[in-house]
Amino acid sequence: MKILVVDDFATMRRIVKNLLRDLGFTNTHEADDGTTAWPMLKNGTFDFVVTDWNMPGMTGMQLLEKIRADEQLKTIPVLIVTAEAKRDQIIAAAQAGVNGYVVKPFTAAALKEKIEKIFERVG
Amino acid sequence: MTERTPEPEQFASLLKDRAPKLLACANDNNIEAAVQILIELQHARAPQLSSESDVMENLREKALLLHDNICNGQFDSALVNLQEMQNVRDKGLYQEIGRLTRALHNAITNFSIDSQPTDEVSELTEASDRLGYVIELTERAANRTLDLVEDSLPLVTAIQLEASVLKLEWQRMVQRDMTPAEFRTLYWRLDQYFQKLDVDTAVLSGNMTQILLAQDFQDLTGQVINKVTVLVKEVESSLVELVFMASQVEAITGIIAHGNDAHRDSARDDTQGHGPAIRPDQADVVANQDDVDDLLSSLGF
Repeated sequence: MKILVVDDFATMRRIVKNLLRDLGFTNTHEADDGTTAWPMLKNGTFDFVVTDWNMPGMTGMQLLEKIRADEQLKTIPVLIVTAEAKRDQIIAAAQAGVNGYVVKPFTAAALKEKIEKIFERVG
Repeated sequence: MTERTPEPEQFASLLKDRAPKLLACANDNNIEAAVQILIELQHARAPQLSSESDVMENLREKALLLHDNICNGQFDSALVNLQEMQNVRDKGLYQEIGRLTRALHNAITNFSIDSQPTDEVSELTEASDRLGYVIELTERAANRTLDLVEDSLPLVTAIQLEASVLKLEWQRMVQRDMTPAEFRTLYWRLDQYFQKLDVDTAVLSGNMTQILLAQDFQDLTGQVINKVTVLVKEVESSLVELVFMASQVEAITGIIAHGNDAHRDSARDDTQGHGPAIRPDQADVVANQDDVDDLLSSLGF
């Protein structure tokens, strides 16, 4: 399982990577915003994307929309992990085709539960 | 800009007229009358009206004169009255603009924003430096904590693994399901485990203490953020003052502002993000992960 962690804060990427490692996912890669993530996604064989929302350059939401509009990538599961907590935003993310939404600050259990649910659904 | 250019001819003739009287008053020691003449001259030199009530009083007088002149059919005088009323209005306007200019100047000075770079750093630049410092401190603390946790986790895992193995062996010994050779192995393995436990828990304890110490940023960043908050509030009140003055300028000069602030605000793109929700009790903000899950499941997610 190859996972891309997208967040503009290095510490947050590190925390997410550590939590993923605890869950048994060791093949993780990092990008600091949507703009850097996009070529990595296009050229790599990622199975899963964990992204923040609010980032300079391309936001997580824009990245999600771009992934869903791309023939090659549109089925890849995307989990948004963000401090953005407005109802309208969550609804917008759901409509854009997000697979899970975790609000910061989050617990390891919450992240684990969402990831497990996503793979249960995707199969 | 704050004073009106005096009409030289008018002032000169008034001066010629009043000068002998002033001299006479001074010679007669009639100081009160002399002061009145001086005030009159001063007014003629810098025709400023001290307050709005003066303007109103002046307008009222002129209006009565205008009325009388129109009733008496003296149109030339009436036109002069109209011109005088216009002048009174202009004087009021100039005076108000002067006041606003001074207030504006003070407000801008209070802002401490210098368009030209100087040796002295403005408060706002200092504030952003301070916030940069907060980011630096928090990042350092987070990295230090993560380093220590990453160092500690393998130690804990090793202790845990060895404990579970030893527990099983120990149970076998309690149940006397063990050969003397196996017992000897267990004996020395336990001895090694206790030694390792002693060393590793000391390391863990040290790491824990360092993790505790790494949280010291909170105190420092808290103080810095408090200072910046105070500055932001000052800037806010200065801005409110500026906006208020701008609205007065608009009111006096009759400029109509086509504000579209509300439109701009509502048009703010949700895809850009709003940052962390500072007040989760707001109606349009979810309070926690459970709320997110409820909202998504209500959408059939």
